[in-house]
Amino acid sequence: MNYFSLTLGEARKLLDREEITSVQLTESILSRIDAVEDRVKSFITLHLEQALVQAEEADRQRKQGGGGKLCGLPVSVKDVLCTSDMPTTCGSKILENFIPPYNATVIDKLKGEGAVIIGKVAMDEFAMGSTSENCAFNVPDNPWKPGYVAGGSSGGSAACVAADESFASLGSDTGGSIRQPASLCGVVGMKPTYGRVSRYGLVAFASSLDQVGPLTKDVADCALMMNVISGYDNRDSTSISTPVPDYTKALKDGLAGIRVGVPAEYFNEGLDPQVEKIVREGIDMLHDAGAEIINLSLPHTEYCVAVYYLIAPAEASSNLARYDGVRYGYRDMTADSLMDMYCSTRSQGFGDEVKRRILIGTYALSAGYYDAYYKKASQVRTLITDDFKRAFGQCDLLVSPVTPTPAWRIGEKADDPLALYLSDILTISANLAGIPGMSVPAGFSHDGLPVGIQLQAAHFNEEVLLRAAWNLEQRVGVKGRKPDLG
Amino acid sequence: MKITREEVEHIAKLARLELHAEEIDRVTAQLDTILSYVAKLDGLDTTGVAVTTHTQGVCNAFREDEVKESVKREKALANGPRQNGEAFVVPRIIT
Repeated sequence: MNYFSLTLGEARKLLDREEITSVQLTESILSRIDAVEDRVKSFITLHLEQALVQAEEADRQRKQGGGGKLCGLPVSVKDVLCTSDMPTTCGSKILENFIPPYNATVIDKLKGEGAVIIGKVAMDEFAMGSTSENCAFNVPDNPWKPGYVAGGSSGGSAACVAADESFASLGSDTGGSIRQPASLCGVVGMKPTYGRVSRYGLVAFASSLDQVGPLTKDVADCALMMNVISGYDNRDSTSISTPVPDYTKALKDGLAGIRVGVPAEYFNEGLDPQVEKIVREGIDMLHDAGAEIINLSLPHTEYCVAVYYLIAPAEASSNLARYDGVRYGYRDMTADSLMDMYCSTRSQGFGDEVKRRILIGTYALSAGYYDAYYKKASQVRTLITDDFKRAFGQCDLLVSPVTPTPAWRIGEKADDPLALYLSDILTISANLAGIPGMSVPAGFSHDGLPVGIQLQAAHFNEEVLLRAAWNLEQRVGVKGRKPDLG
Repeated sequence: MKITREEVEHIAKLARLELHAEEIDRVTAQLDTILSYVAKLDGLDTTGVAVTTHTQGVCNAFREDEVKESVKREKALANGPRQNGEAFVVPRIIT
């Protein structure tokens, strides 16, 4: 039996029944990585020996009757989360050799529940991008079709879960960076409510939008991971102390009494007909499961991309000012004045997209432009949030596509930043409003590329998302379908 | 034109980035496209609309001012590209 193809929940059951050991499970994952990593290219750092040490420790704990919710289960994490025993590069040359002095809170939580962390996965540099092509080290390839993007910025997380190189992964989502690659790679991805999961040790891109979340093989695994990572953290002053429910209890059959809103603006021109068909079929399935379907409007949707591409770069330009070559990361050692050192370090260390966003952000925040750009965008952000508040007065969740198209060829949109920004149109509003969103595998395009459905709910309503996602998963029937990786 | 070459040079200086002449041309064109696109916000009346900072309105998350353990110096210096065991070393500032 190929243990690597199990879900997190299935593997956990086998461990609980003592039918396998964590060492066997981890060895299975490592042999899978050995077999397919040249094709998928999802990892930046692999921690092979350490993974087996952690697995042995997990087996010891289990024998003594202990161990947490993820005891002995191999998982990967996006290379934007600080790990004190592994480099944390953020996909950037400027942090190539950086080993953080502390763990992110979510890493401590994974370790606290006994997870085996096998390595750090590829991403767009500083999480800026929609394809992971902006990674300074390796660009993950879509497991379903060679030469196609895995999405981004959590492309490594999505690719490695789809390719059975890991039972689950943690990503981060600032404008769709969990949901979009999850959709393009056919896995489940959730961006939790802003404040649900601690951002401590998540390297900051846009602090008012960033959120950590899971990418998993099915909805039940997503609920399990949410149980592990959620909760208030006094080291993240933006996290919120709302009690954490047991998310696995949300997976109930049937959607009677649930009102599902279909926002007209998410089905506009530019939406691939194949994607629309799959999403419309998904809406019918939600209806068959007992949900009431309501057509509604989110009138400010057309402004989301403009708002996002002012707020996110503005916050990024401020957050990334810390990379100056003084305390950590890359430094141009040849510079002989402090100013030259700053400038050449940053110019050599950052890639093109990161520089572009720093420049946009610096411009939007600079004297004379702050009110016209940053303040204006922050006001329109309020209008966008108000749209959602009105919508959630009428319905419990919103259903829509995740991305306007399935995955595209690597390199296809690499020279057109605005075209790529526009491909984020369906996911960024959840970040602007701080609401939770999910991508659930829903079907395949004619040429075999996965297509996901997006579900969004009101703040802290992850349970209704999981319940709807679980019902959808039961009815869609693509769960367990695997890419052919030889 | 929403942004000029000179403005891009000025912003790059503020952001501590060096751009080659060819890069400035390319970035100016790209920024111009992006800024022309975001100008669609100008058409919206936002008079009296509050700005969003935290999406759930969390504001002033204070805590008690207690002394707690902090990162040890050795650990804090460990990633320094150049350090002398006591401090980070940088090129001379005052000449």
